[in-house]
Amino acid sequence: MAYTPDKPKLAETSEQLRARIPGWGADLDPKDRPSVPREVFDPSFSGAHWEFPERQPENTPRERSIEHAFLTPVFGTSCPPKGLSGVIRRYSYAKYSEGRAAHWLLLLAADRVDTVEGTLRSFVSRRPDNPVTETGILAEGPRHGRRADRGHHLLDPIIVAAPWVLGAALGVAVVRRVAGRSRG
Amino acid sequence: MQAMVYRGPYRVRVEEKDRPSIEHPNDAIVRVTRAAICGSDLHLYHGMMPDTRVGSTFGHEFVGVVDEVGSSVQNLKVGDRVMVPFNIFCGTCFFCARGLYSNCHNVNPNATAVGGIYGYSHTTGGYDGGQAEYVRVPFADVGPTLLPDWMDEEDAVLLTDAVATGYFGAQLGDIKEGDVVVVFGAGPVGQYAAASSWLMGAGRVIVIDHLDYRLEKARTFAHAETINFTEHDDIVVHMKKLTDHLGADVAIDAVGAEADGNLLQHVTAAKLKLQGGSPIALNWAIDSVRKGGTVSVMGAYGPMFSAVKFGDAMNKGLTLRMNQTPVKRQWPRLFEHVRNGYLKPNEIVTHRIPLEHIAEGYHMFSAKLDGCIKPLIVPSA
Ligand SMILES: NC(=O)c1ccc[n+]([C@@H]2O[C@H](COP(=O)([O-])OP(=O)(O)OC[C@H]3O[C@@H](n4cnc5c(N)ncnc54)[C@H](O)[C@@H]3O)[C@@H](O)[C@H]2O)c1
Ligand SMILES: [Zn+2]
Ligand SMILES: [Zn+2]
Repeated sequence: MAYTPDKPKLAETSEQLRARIPGWGADLDPKDRPSVPREVFDPSFSGAHWEFPERQPENTPRERSIEHAFLTPVFGTSCPPKGLSGVIRRYSYAKYSEGRAAHWLLLLAADRVDTVEGTLRSFVSRRPDNPVTETGILAEGPRHGRRADRGHHLLDPIIVAAPWVLGAALGVAVVRRVAGRSRG
Repeated sequence: MQAMVYRGPYRVRVEEKDRPSIEHPNDAIVRVTRAAICGSDLHLYHGMMPDTRVGSTFGHEFVGVVDEVGSSVQNLKVGDRVMVPFNIFCGTCFFCARGLYSNCHNVNPNATAVGGIYGYSHTTGGYDGGQAEYVRVPFADVGPTLLPDWMDEEDAVLLTDAVATGYFGAQLGDIKEGDVVVVFGAGPVGQYAAASSWLMGAGRVIVIDHLDYRLEKARTFAHAETINFTEHDDIVVHMKKLTDHLGADVAIDAVGAEADGNLLQHVTAAKLKLQGGSPIALNWAIDSVRKGGTVSVMGAYGPMFSAVKFGDAMNKGLTLRMNQTPVKRQWPRLFEHVRNGYLKPNEIVTHRIPLEHIAEGYHMFSAKLDGCIKPLIVPSA
């Protein structure tokens, strides 16, 4: 009881738990826990044979957080910034630290622009985006049964479909306009 | 090679991509034999993580065979079967030198607040991940470990993140003999955190979720008591009643940024992206743990602010502990636990999906179809 000194009694004693659950208490002693204490100074433990690693060549200019002193010696090279989204990303990195909400909001905005750019680009490629196969919605067929998590996903279809519906509406409007003009 | 590719929120597909190449003398190229989809991948899939670029390949849980090594690699050779921790780390920066492998300072130019992670957006370094036939593995002498002969390949892939994270989460709870531990979330991380809590000597383990099929697994796999939070008006009050109004000694958040249970929080965070994450489970953890107790946060949140109930945490004198898991540090001890049968990682695997069908795999895991708890990915190569 919280209002008196003793801890409430448990339903099972340690002996009962040890008998019921394989391995119960194997790490009872904190010394057996690999993350205790949190920091253990041992630079050779990891197998590294350098004090500072060799530098990976920077073949295309690599954006970085302005909280870093320099470009880290190793970095990922997937998907360099491109298009309008790339301009936004580079600006966000060059201008704002990780401490600023503007940094993250710009990156999120760039992500949305990137999606639109990616889809537009796909329409002139051999493999246009296909919202049916890419959303995996086909998994919803009788094969796999119903969603266990229906409430949560009410909004998902709207979020996925909205850009497509808007895009289509815009397309129709533009075509109408152009058609109207050529007629008149 | 074939690789999973992100096309935009809720959309992924398999594309033909160039096989990765050695970009640094300590790189290796690994041919992936098993990968997995993690709850963290859902944050990317839902477009919540800033700087997730169209065309990138996800996947930070994978095992495989070394296919090529860079000129300075000494500890691995072509043909070795390896398991690769989800962290990319150098081994010798200030943080790695102290064992904080998940906080490496030499691998992520894009952010100083987080280390390097495979296939986890540019915010964690811009590396392509392992949901593909091949993957570039930096610092091959530091991260990967030979897959022990006796170990099941599925157990191995789960040890690269989910198991290590659950086990780490229980450690951060600082559990003492007889402690009452409440775990929010019955996903893979929550399942392993609950099972690991017993190893540390917990006296009672309670798992909370709203998906009955996952709670059922928590009862059988993790020997836990379970609560479906939708069956209670106020889960915090219910937790107090269950613990003689004391509260749990330790609470573990194994939910993270997309928690349900409060529409306003969920919509502002998971749907409108106005918060770094919806801290519903974290706030429940703060409110249902006892004064002076410990909250261990394994759930991942975005880099923006989240509406956390900090005043309660302060007034209650809580200890909040958290990190991305330094996976490799957990392995020697975890290998013993797996070998002894104390932890049986692959018992929570529900689906084995060919790489070609990854879009369905993501949808199934995200929408919780077909009793999905942990999907593995099987590349064809
Ligand atoms: N710290 C790390 O190193 C690390 C590593 C792996 C995963 N993670 C994070 O851990 C979290 C869980 O990962 P997972 O793979 O188990 O994901 P998951 O999505 O499968 O599991 C999350 C579970 O939480 C449940 N849930 C939602 N709202 C809840 C609430 N308010 N209270 C209780 N349960 C709730 C969901 O129904 C689901 O079962 C994710 O945020 C992931 O990013 C962190
Ligand atoms: Zn993960
Ligand atoms: Zn490091």
